[in-house]
Amino acid sequence: MFSYLIRRLCLSVPIVFGVMLLTFVLFFVVQSPQAMARKVLGPKATPQAVENWLQNRGYDKPLLVNTVPGRPFYDSLFFNQMRRLASFDLGRSDVTGRPLKEVFAKGVLPSLLITVPAFVVGLVSALGLALYLVFVRHSSVDLAAALVCVGLMSLPSMAYVIFGQYVVAQQLNYLPAFGFSLEGGSAVRFLVLPVALMVVSGLGAEVRLYRALFLEEMGQDYIRTARAKGLSNAAVLMVHVLKNGMINLITLVVASLPFLMMGSLVVENFFGIPGLGSVLFSAIQAPDFAVVQASVFLGSILYLIGLMLTDLCYAWVDPRIRLQ
Amino acid sequence: MAFLEHLWIQNTLVAGVYALLAFGLWRVSGDAQWVSAWQRLKRDRTGMLSLGVVVLYVLVGTLEMVRLPAERGTRSVLDAMSASIPEEKGYSAPLAKTTLSVAKPEPLKGRHVLGTDSMGRDTLLRTMKATRTALLIGGLTSLIYIPLGVLLGIVAGYYRRWVDEVVQYLYSTIAAVPEILMLVAILLVLGKGLGTMAVALGLTGWVGLARLIRGETLRQVERPYIAAARAMGQTDGKILLRHLLPNVMHLVVIKFVLGFSGLVLAEAMLSYLGVGSPVGTPSWGAMIDASRSELSREPVVWWNLSAAIFALFFLVLSLNLLGDALRRAFDPRRG
Repeated sequence: MFSYLIRRLCLSVPIVFGVMLLTFVLFFVVQSPQAMARKVLGPKATPQAVENWLQNRGYDKPLLVNTVPGRPFYDSLFFNQMRRLASFDLGRSDVTGRPLKEVFAKGVLPSLLITVPAFVVGLVSALGLALYLVFVRHSSVDLAAALVCVGLMSLPSMAYVIFGQYVVAQQLNYLPAFGFSLEGGSAVRFLVLPVALMVVSGLGAEVRLYRALFLEEMGQDYIRTARAKGLSNAAVLMVHVLKNGMINLITLVVASLPFLMMGSLVVENFFGIPGLGSVLFSAIQAPDFAVVQASVFLGSILYLIGLMLTDLCYAWVDPRIRLQ
Repeated sequence: MAFLEHLWIQNTLVAGVYALLAFGLWRVSGDAQWVSAWQRLKRDRTGMLSLGVVVLYVLVGTLEMVRLPAERGTRSVLDAMSASIPEEKGYSAPLAKTTLSVAKPEPLKGRHVLGTDSMGRDTLLRTMKATRTALLIGGLTSLIYIPLGVLLGIVAGYYRRWVDEVVQYLYSTIAAVPEILMLVAILLVLGKGLGTMAVALGLTGWVGLARLIRGETLRQVERPYIAAARAMGQTDGKILLRHLLPNVMHLVVIKFVLGFSGLVLAEAMLSYLGVGSPVGTPSWGAMIDASRSELSREPVVWWNLSAAIFALFFLVLSLNLLGDALRRAFDPRRG
């Protein structure tokens, strides 16, 4: 197991390097550092201000190899950027100059406060609904539900958020429309609506996916055996299908776990939750390239962690699988 | 890409896409697999209904894409058809007689079924014009990601070894970055616009298709007809083009339809985030974005948001249903 993890870690290195290379090419080669400075500082910035901005960040160094006599060849933008990311230094915000490690660390908790409940509630309700649909498969309820699921999938997430905020918060005044707090009761009041909307907006796709997963399981031989030995439909479903379906399900679910940290771009900004989604949203509006670059890097790390977790869980729930 | 704005270049491009479509249909019209899939699709009521809706959207979008010479520059066929619809001074509710103003409402010059927006433009017309943006993004992106995904997927599945390793490394790297982050990063660097949006979506979109095609190619290569083709001394190029490509093409079509719905949603999302359609281009995402201030007005302006969401919803829904119907038609056993 341990040696497997080490090997897996080594296999991730080229991918992380690829992502680092990709962001470097995108941010520093496709657009020149001067162009980046102008986008950040605005069209009215003086050449001196641009020069200072570049110098402060070390973006005025040669792109690939430093050929200035007396300077080491690796004192270039490319090597500095690579070294910075490889040591997990996320850098500073282009706009505020604050260290991004701090900014991100501050946003993780608010993000988790909405994504974790939304994930748990969404998963449980989607699983329940999917199991029920498999129970009544090919009936008119199942067909109608399939249509409803496609319908739910066909709306952009903004539609749910705008509608929910407008009706529940602004018109009915049941819950606050905007804001965030960490103090007990009021924290819950602020979180209920965003969490509920996240659940609903993801429900269609999830139910459909799990239903397909369970239906595939229903076609297996062991189901026929279970039925043949006289088990009821419900018993087959709750014991055999659920248990075996879980093996496939875990691979899908676990991979998405690390991303809960990243929060939700649309929901957070709409409800004023100061999480990572809001950080990214303001970075897009600013624009703040350092934040976007760091998010891309972090996102890929989280993805690789998710993959590794998936493998571990897979071996854990399914004894037939051996990691070597 | 200003040259693309030229009258005949645009019209030729539209004609080109239609010609490509007609050529594709002609090529598969003699193929038994496609004919029987079409027979099954014809009996599928949801499938045919959604196909009808999609065709309707394509026609409306085409009306906005085909351009005619006008007094100043050019205008679309849709503009020419709607020349009699007047522009008002500002917001007006659906079928209202005056502009939406509590202080001093002004009489309207005409009736607007779905009201008008902040600039006094007819909402229904604006919504129809936005169809062009959605179709352009879906179409242009497909023109980028489908050739890329098919080529890389089929080559990886056929040659295996290092070719496969390289392709897998490429798509693992791109898949490692969450899609929305990648799109935002590319668009922040390239700037907003329909062309750059298609490039960004194309660069991220090929991964799923390449995976799918690679898997199917790995399966097809094991089948006797490939061994037979090899035994007869056919070149790799010929096997790839004549034997493998036609046998994975149905997957491409299904992915194209389902992917198109994702692209329409992505366009709305990116325009909403402010990195998508340029200012002034009619777009459902931009209309949804504008509605944030409209909903906090008194009285509430709800028609622009509703029109955009309904238009978007029915296109995406039809594409999703059509994609599912196609999958059933091509693979009746799995249904």
